[in-house]
Amino acid sequence: MRQVETALQDLACLDDLAEGCSWLHRIEARAKIVVTMVYVVVVASWPPRAVVELLPLAAYPLVLFLGARLPVRILRRPMLVALLLAGAVGAANPLLDREPLRVGTGLVIAGGWLSLASIGLRAVLCVSAALALIATTGMGRLAHGLKRLGVPRIAVTQLLFLYRYAFLLGSIVHSMSRARELRGCGRPLQMAAYGPLVGHLLLRTLDRAERIHQAMRCRGFQGDVPVGGEARFRWGDWWFLIGWCILFMLLRSGPCVARLGEFVSGVIA
Amino acid sequence: MRGPPGRIRVGSHRVNQPLVEIRDLAYTYRDGTAALRGISFAIGRGESVGIIGANGAGKSTLLLHLVGCLCATAGRVTISGTPVRPDTLAAIRRSVGLVFQNPDDQLFMPTVRDDVAFGPRNQGLPEADVAQRVREALAAVDADGLIDRPPYRLSGGEKRAASIATVLAMSPEILVLDEPTAGLDPRARRHVIGLLNRLDHTRIVASHDLDLICEVCPRVILMRHGQVAADSSCQIVFGQRDLLAECGLELPLSMQGCPRCGSR
Repeated sequence: MRQVETALQDLACLDDLAEGCSWLHRIEARAKIVVTMVYVVVVASWPPRAVVELLPLAAYPLVLFLGARLPVRILRRPMLVALLLAGAVGAANPLLDREPLRVGTGLVIAGGWLSLASIGLRAVLCVSAALALIATTGMGRLAHGLKRLGVPRIAVTQLLFLYRYAFLLGSIVHSMSRARELRGCGRPLQMAAYGPLVGHLLLRTLDRAERIHQAMRCRGFQGDVPVGGEARFRWGDWWFLIGWCILFMLLRSGPCVARLGEFVSGVIA
Repeated sequence: MRGPPGRIRVGSHRVNQPLVEIRDLAYTYRDGTAALRGISFAIGRGESVGIIGANGAGKSTLLLHLVGCLCATAGRVTISGTPVRPDTLAAIRRSVGLVFQNPDDQLFMPTVRDDVAFGPRNQGLPEADVAQRVREALAAVDADGLIDRPPYRLSGGEKRAASIATVLAMSPEILVLDEPTAGLDPRARRHVIGLLNRLDHTRIVASHDLDLICEVCPRVILMRHGQVAADSSCQIVFGQRDLLAECGLELPLSMQGCPRCGSR
């Protein structure tokens, strides 16, 4: 249960970081959302065995982390989870794809290992970009940005509520678990006890959901969470949006790294 | 003075021009629990009324009827002459603001600013007016500094102040509060009492905190088993020690006097 507490602390840490005042924090949420979405699509669009080709794309999360002075520690847990998931997805690749491939100066490895590494690298890039987006925007502005981009209001409302009540449900789970531990005489929780525990949590959640709905209806809620504040796209937002999208397209459309290497070699020669 | 069998009545409060009028209100939950059994009373403009009673007496159920969260099984509730019905709920909820017992039920947006602005935005106010309402409501509860804080980071007292601000921002005529001091430490409780005394709204406060009721509400409605057991001034109701004991309550601490010599 300590894991639940730590995960919630990490989430709260993102909220603190979102209150920063760097130039990246001032970029309009919609610009950052669109750029991050394009980024994820570009990262996912490379062929299965691409590894070296993906490396220049690390520039985007790197710039966000350095520009907003985000601590790298916020990556630790989400990255671990992402890598575990990526490992689970690509675990069979080395067994199924044994085609030998020459890498670099002469190292020969099976294609499956390359595709596994590619999946892991993509997970790292996408998760770090998504975390940087949340840490420089904040969940409230992110939700409002999504709504202004035309994401269905039900999805935005769900996101807002999931985020707000994750903390509350987390603390309920924590206190229930502690109460059980104190009466458990050091014995681990048996499988049979999980059913009532989860059932109780579900009932409490439903009860709370009903009360929250009543509170919302009392304040005029009719199915739509209103978005406030003016959000104008400034020149800086356009430059951020267009600049990054062009860079991603260039990196995706041509062997930029190879050309850059040739250019540098030519200059040196 | 005693009423029908099983129903004790001490005094009866007369109101000339009632703002809230409840007549023979009854409500039974789906599981068959009769929470309200024919309640009648009226509240005038600007009054501050305390609703007291033991657990299960029907206080919270009564409050939910005032904003139309529950529909009466029998009887009726009118606010400023408008009956509380599904077709009048929008108007009713503009004039009655309910502060829930648990602030975590009331604060559901990512920041205090968004939460306080939620009601005014739903009322369709322009953004400049919404911003002004948010500032004024937070200033009224001395919570200006909380404006950009996420609700889960607030202390119990701060959450309570913010949840009162969310309702004040809608400029309601009637403020309904369910256990406003539950779970607060003495300082936060004192802050809430001071705040309630500063407000000039018509106030209906349900609470077990009888000392709070003594300080905030000149009039008290005592409930027992879903009925009104007494409806009179604070002094008269709290002067009936036996009646309070019968309803599962004790005298407020401030009226209990010294346990040794009995002096007050």
